[in-house]
This record gives sequence, C-alpha cells and structure tokens, in this order.
Amino acid sequence: MSILVDQNTRVLMQGITGSAGSFHAGQMLDYGTKLVAGVTPGKGGTEFQDRIPIFNTVADAVKQTGANVSVIFVPPPFAGDAILEAAEAGVPLIIVITEGIPVMDMVKVKRALQGRPVRLVGPNCPGVITPGAKCKIGIMPGHIHKPGRIGVVSRSGTLTYEAVFQLTQLGLGQSTAVGIGGDPVNGTDFVDCLQLFNADPETDAVIMIGEIGGSAEETAAQYIGKEFRKPIAGFIAGVSAPPGKRMGHAGAIIAGGKGTAAEKIKAMEAAGVLMAPSPAELGTTLQAALQRGRR
Amino acid sequence: MKIHEYQGKELFRKYGVPTPRGILATTPEEAEKAATSLGTPVVVVKAQIHAGGRGKGGGVKLAKSPAEAKTLASQILGMMLKTHQTGPEGQKVGKVYVEEGLPIEREFYLGMTLDRATSRLSIMASSEGGVEIEEVAAKRPEAILVESIDPVVGLADYQARTLAFGLGLTGDSIGKFVAFSRALYRCYVETDASLAEVNPLVLLKDGSVMALDAKLNFDDNALYRHKDLVGYRDIAEEDPIEARAKEHDLAYISLDGNIGCMVNGAGLAMATMDTIKLVGGQPANFLDVGGGASREKVTEAFKLILSSKAVKAVLINIFGGIMKCDVIAEGVVAAAREVKLSVPLVVRLEGTNVELGKELLRKSGLPIIPADNLRQAAEKAVAAARGEKVS
Repeated sequence: MSILVDQNTRVLMQGITGSAGSFHAGQMLDYGTKLVAGVTPGKGGTEFQDRIPIFNTVADAVKQTGANVSVIFVPPPFAGDAILEAAEAGVPLIIVITEGIPVMDMVKVKRALQGRPVRLVGPNCPGVITPGAKCKIGIMPGHIHKPGRIGVVSRSGTLTYEAVFQLTQLGLGQSTAVGIGGDPVNGTDFVDCLQLFNADPETDAVIMIGEIGGSAEETAAQYIGKEFRKPIAGFIAGVSAPPGKRMGHAGAIIAGGKGTAAEKIKAMEAAGVLMAPSPAELGTTLQAALQRGRR
Repeated sequence: MKIHEYQGKELFRKYGVPTPRGILATTPEEAEKAATSLGTPVVVVKAQIHAGGRGKGGGVKLAKSPAEAKTLASQILGMMLKTHQTGPEGQKVGKVYVEEGLPIEREFYLGMTLDRATSRLSIMASSEGGVEIEEVAAKRPEAILVESIDPVVGLADYQARTLAFGLGLTGDSIGKFVAFSRALYRCYVETDASLAEVNPLVLLKDGSVMALDAKLNFDDNALYRHKDLVGYRDIAEEDPIEARAKEHDLAYISLDGNIGCMVNGAGLAMATMDTIKLVGGQPANFLDVGGGASREKVTEAFKLILSSKAVKAVLINIFGGIMKCDVIAEGVVAAAREVKLSVPLVVRLEGTNVELGKELLRKSGLPIIPADNLRQAAEKAVAAARGEKVS
C-alpha cells in the first residue's frame, strides 16, 4: 500500500517528445515505472525510443493503453489546455510538472475540474513516487529513495530530496513522497495528502515540508490537530525571507504581512508537529517524532 | 512585474475605468506646462516610483498655480523618496504625474487579487480609503468587504452592488460603482494582473466615482502573451543585480548580509539562508540556480554574487539529483577560476556521484572549503565571513 500511485499505476506522459519530457520519460522507465503511452499532438503513430506508443490525443492514449495517470511536461502556455484534455479523457490522476503556468489559467482550470472525479497534483512540482512499487512519476532522482513506511509531502522539490535522502541514510524508507508544488494555485494540498497518509496502513509517520506564502500550512495544522493520528515532523523554509519578495517559487511570498514562516511554525507546533530546527535535521526530527509517538 | 501609477491609469482608461486627467512630466518646466494645460484651480504633483506610501513620504503635493506646480516638481524630481515600501535609502524620483484636482466627497479602498485559499479572485472594498489596507485588515477586519469571483461568470453585478451598499453609496453612485468594478475586473483578467489596487477610489461631489490612484502588478508567467505591457517595465526601479539575474533566468533577491548563497531549488535556497541565520550569520542574497545548474549558470551566478561588495564568503549548496555532482563540481571549479574568486568558498555537495564531485573539488587546487552537511556548511561560511581560518 501507499498513496496515490502503486503497482497498478499505468502512466501516460503529455509532452513526451519535448526535451524535459523525453529525458524524464527515460529516467522513469529506468526506475521501473509503467510508462505506457505518450501524447504529442501531431506525432501520433510514432514511438518513443522504439518502445512507447505516442498518440495525438489523451483520449486515444487512454483507450488504447488503459493509462490511469497522466504526467504533464507540456510548456506553460499550453499546460492548462493539457490538463483539461486529460480530465476530459477521464484520467483520474493528473500530475503537472510544468513550472510557470499563468495564474489565471490555473484559476480557470481548477474551476473546470470542480465536481469531476479527478485529482490534480501540482503544477510546478517534482511529482509523486512510491519506491516500493517502483513507480516514479516526475523529475525526482529515483536512487535516493528506498521502500519503507514514511510518508513525505512538500511544497518544495529539492527540500523533498533533502528529506528523502536523510531518511534513506537513517534506514527509513518511504511509502510515498508527494511534491504538491510551489504555485499559488495548485491541486492536491497538504490536507488531502495527510488524509491519505492517515488512512494508509503502510505509512507509519509523515514529514511535511512547507514554505512561506499563503495559508496552506495553517489549514493543514488545523486538520492535524483535530484528526491526524500518526507521528509527524515538519519544516518551514523562509524564516529569513524578506516580506514582499517572491522567493523563487511563484507562491513563496509574504504579502500584506501574511504567510510568514513564524506563523506557520507556531500553528504546526500547536498542532503537535515536531519541527526540525534546520533542514539538516529533517531525518533525525522524524526519528524523534517516531520515538515520541502520537496520542 | 510592477508599473507606475501613470501607466496603470493609462491601462485603466483603455478598459473604461474612470480616472482624473493627468500629464507626465520629467522636468519642472514640463510640470508647469502640464498644470497650465490641465487648467484646474488645483493640481496634484505626484512622484512616480513603484513603492506605495508616497504621500506620507512627501512625494504627493497640491499646487494652486502652474508656478507652484513647477516649484513642487523641482523639489520632488531627483529626491530620494523614502516610504515604508522602499529601502531605508529611498527610491530616486525621475518622473512626476501632474493631475487635475477634484472636489472629493469621500474616499474608499478597492482592491482585487487572488485568494489562494479558494483559487479564485477576490474583490475587496473598504470605506477606510487612503490608508494602509494592511493596517485596516489587522485592526478591523470587519471593515473590509470581500466578494469571491467565479471565473466562469466573472464579477456579477449583484456582487458589485453588495459592495456599493456596504460602502454606503446611494443613488446614481451605485450604478457608477458597479460599472467601475466591472471595468476593473476586465482590466485585471485581460492583462493577467496579479494585484489591482485603487487606494483611494473617490466619490466626487457630483456623485461619480474615480480612481485617484492606480496600482497594478502583473503575473510574470503571463507576460509572454502581453508584449504591450513589457514596454511598461522600468529597470531604474529595480535592484540592478536582480534585473541582471532575470536576464540570465536566475531567481535572485538581494539581502543585507555578507554571505553569498548559491543553491539549486527555491525551497533549499530559502532553507540555506535560514540555516545561515540560525548559526549566527546573515545571507547576502537568495539565489536559485535551478534544477540544471550548468557551468554557464554557475559562472553567471558567481558574477552576480560577487558584484556585491558586501560579500565576505560564498556558500554553495547543491543537491545533485538528476544533475550529477561531478558535473556540478566541474562547473564550480571552472567558474571560480574564471571569476578569479577572492573570498572564501564553502561547498556542500550531496546526491548523485557525490564522491566524484568532492574529488574534483579537492584536486582543483582552489582554496575550496568542503562541508558534509548543510549545518556544517553554514557554520564554516559564517566563520569564514568573520575572517576566521576555516578548512
């Protein structure tokens, strides 16, 4: 067991013929991911590396290959449209790696997905990986992961790698690691992931990594305080970030005095999350949380 | 991207958002001419800088004659205007906007931005216009009226009316406010804005409403489809190093400290700054070189960091994921040679091929200080910046 993706996951990639898409399609196949189809409009009927069929439309790809996850590497101007196409084709899980999608496009896309049986992860995220099922969907380095029982959920890509790497070095494998992305409008949020981890019998504890901007961490803290039953460690990046400046991610900005790291850390601590004092201690803090237990 | 008030009003007029008449001036003489041609008994001379709080800082003045407009413009032009949104040294004023004076009845606040919690735009109004809306939000949140906008239908008339009634508007002013709000919404959506603020929005004696101020920010990710807006960019208003970084596709923010940072990934870059602070130092910048830290990018990043004279040590923190550590190490060595690095350099490498990478750094003959983890790296950088011997 795991969350979101497992051994039954069959992946199609939108944007498989682009430079980032083709590189990561290769990496995903090497890791063992069941990548079954690619989609690039106009290149239908060809193959990726002589082994993966490419289709003109997502609907065709789903019909022919039974793909149940789409991972999107389409450039920003066309990514919103790609998400809508995947949703219309009935793909239940859409993972968007693309960075730099205009906010207004995502506002419309999220509204269009409302009420549909589809889950969006991202955009601007590293993706989702379940090491135990050899299922890597996204751009994370596969080899730092190890099958196990710790869940990881994060807004930041490289900090996710940092957490996973430290866990693996401590001998703590991961059930699933999810990057939810650094954009102001995204799909699956912390609460969604925490609910799934809470219900997953093969996840024993969770690391949650947030950063400045918005209030997703505070909302998550409310949920954790009320319902989350597993040991949980946390970290918030951006304690030293100045207000009013976008710190690399489109969503990482302290605006109007809101979204500071201090507020988030306070809320998470109050909810019983053991906070790592520095990113060098993500793994050891999770270990301490495991020993401390929860309720 | 931020723009000036006069540019915001130009866009407002294009979308039918009512604004006062105004003329841009870059010299006192132009300001005098502008006041004469506007022909109203009173004109307002307004400093054009990107920061808010210009009035309080002395950048907005009333003139009762063209001659006075000239005098005031000569005082404002060239001044270093300090507001709560500029740095302590202020921002140099290069342009003034001369605007007609109007008979004002009341002042309001009207703003539009993304509500991240609902993934929709919100329109916010308050009867406490002209003051800092953040202050109102903190002290009297009930004084701010909010309507959430469904992107399928756009701003509905009833929502704008609800705000109008809430602000205490009556008679014809209600319909005028509704038209104003609809025009502002169209302007926001069609230009891919990220923030629109009219502070104050004024009710005139004759019952009409007007945008006395205009603050528009735009979504950088959407600028590719707004070539006309790109011309509004004013590089003089930007931090020169940040502007250069943008050209090289590097995310860079200047800070006050003395330890230059080069990191891959925004979250890790912030966390690196945090760790430097945690161990008693001050970061000089935020810098994300991105996932694929190529040699060219590393070289450019070095140049940016070292262009600040405050930098006394550099900390490189790279988590080599898809990018291999040996490739990154080659880039760092080559770049350090090219820029003739003169300050201590602490490098923490982790991830794929890390041993090969560390070996390359050792063999380079460069005085690179290696670190095994982020905390140690930060401690070494802080000590090196203090002038201590570190190895």
